[in-house]
Amino acid sequence: MALFSKQNKEVFTNPLNLDHPILGQVLGICSALAVTAQLKPAIVMGLAVTVITAFSNVIISIIRNTIPNRIRIVVQLVVVAALVTIVSQILKAFAYDVSVQLSVYVGLIITNCILMGRLEAFAMMNKPWPSFLDGVGNGLGYAMILVIVGAVRELLGRGSLLGFQVIPDACYDLGYVNNGMMTMPAMALILVGCVIWVHRAYFYKEK
Amino acid sequence: MKLNTNSNSYIIIYSTVLVVVVAFLLAFVYQALKPMQDANVALDVKKQILYSLNIRDLDGAAAEAKYAEVVKQEKDENGQKVYLCQVDGKDICVAFMKGMGLWGGISGYVAIDPEGKVYGAYFNHDSETAGLGAEIKDSQAWQEKFIGKQIWNEQGDVVLSVVKKVDDPQTQVDCVTGATLTSNGVDAMLKDCLKALAPQANK
Repeated sequence: MALFSKQNKEVFTNPLNLDHPILGQVLGICSALAVTAQLKPAIVMGLAVTVITAFSNVIISIIRNTIPNRIRIVVQLVVVAALVTIVSQILKAFAYDVSVQLSVYVGLIITNCILMGRLEAFAMMNKPWPSFLDGVGNGLGYAMILVIVGAVRELLGRGSLLGFQVIPDACYDLGYVNNGMMTMPAMALILVGCVIWVHRAYFYKEK
Repeated sequence: MKLNTNSNSYIIIYSTVLVVVVAFLLAFVYQALKPMQDANVALDVKKQILYSLNIRDLDGAAAEAKYAEVVKQEKDENGQKVYLCQVDGKDICVAFMKGMGLWGGISGYVAIDPEGKVYGAYFNHDSETAGLGAEIKDSQAWQEKFIGKQIWNEQGDVVLSVVKKVDDPQTQVDCVTGATLTSNGVDAMLKDCLKALAPQANK
């Protein structure tokens, strides 16, 4: 099977479109709500999840034939927990500010449903390379939503993007006020709802 | 030979090997990254002290250099950690504070000028609510409200406080809207930690 055969391409692009982890499968909502108040942590969180889904998928896929069926969830958890701990240590060493902002949510990637969902549904019965693509695809699909929601929330809630002021001071002088509601998790839920609505309206029409 | 992956002995051996391998891997990663993490934590403390001195735009090596230039001495004063600093020719004493917020610990640094007034303040928290309690850390504007407030009265009691309705603009700071309990925590922390420093700063 070629590295980028049609089948593999589908494995990679499906989670970005129709079979999107958040929009289609509605997995991993919890952390999507928590870390999206600003754009930067949202991006880092998205990347961290992408790396972890990709590598845990590969590892599980490599050892899938040796895993005893009765403790497979435990084995998956151990692999994911090890990867998450490594990522969180690396963040602490190289991106301290971001790791402080993400605080407990890096550790909570362990419980991110996308990971377990993909391990169970895909990596346990596919070869390492398609599993890797599946992991990257799902991770990027997740990251995409975090970035969209994070950008909207930071723009409307704080008038900035990535910490840089975007809305000019002149607007504030004219009476524009940042929407404090946007910094609260509830607004993330509403925004994710809107994105899901748009996504469904678009893809279900095609079908 | 096909291994029976469902036999009890296989499961036990498999899980043991897996856990030992992972344990060694994590221990190795932790050891390898520890020096860098410690350096980050130390730098973070220095940056917080600089924030409390209203020096907010430095990062990395620049912050390190400025800290070395400004902070002269670090010592214990009646059980309270203080940093003696010199900024623009003025002797400033930065006090470290620790207290309880709503969900977890809060901490902060208050810079005190020779007249016993607040020169600058910075607060930090572990897990206050984003957008509400977390504003004590995120809102520079709120921290700057402390500047110029009187800390002690003549008896050496702490009069600097965080209140809902400001009656006395000389000593009181408006609390964060929607974060009464966190603000109360800041108030208690100020009272608690600055008491020990009163005589020293008033002499």
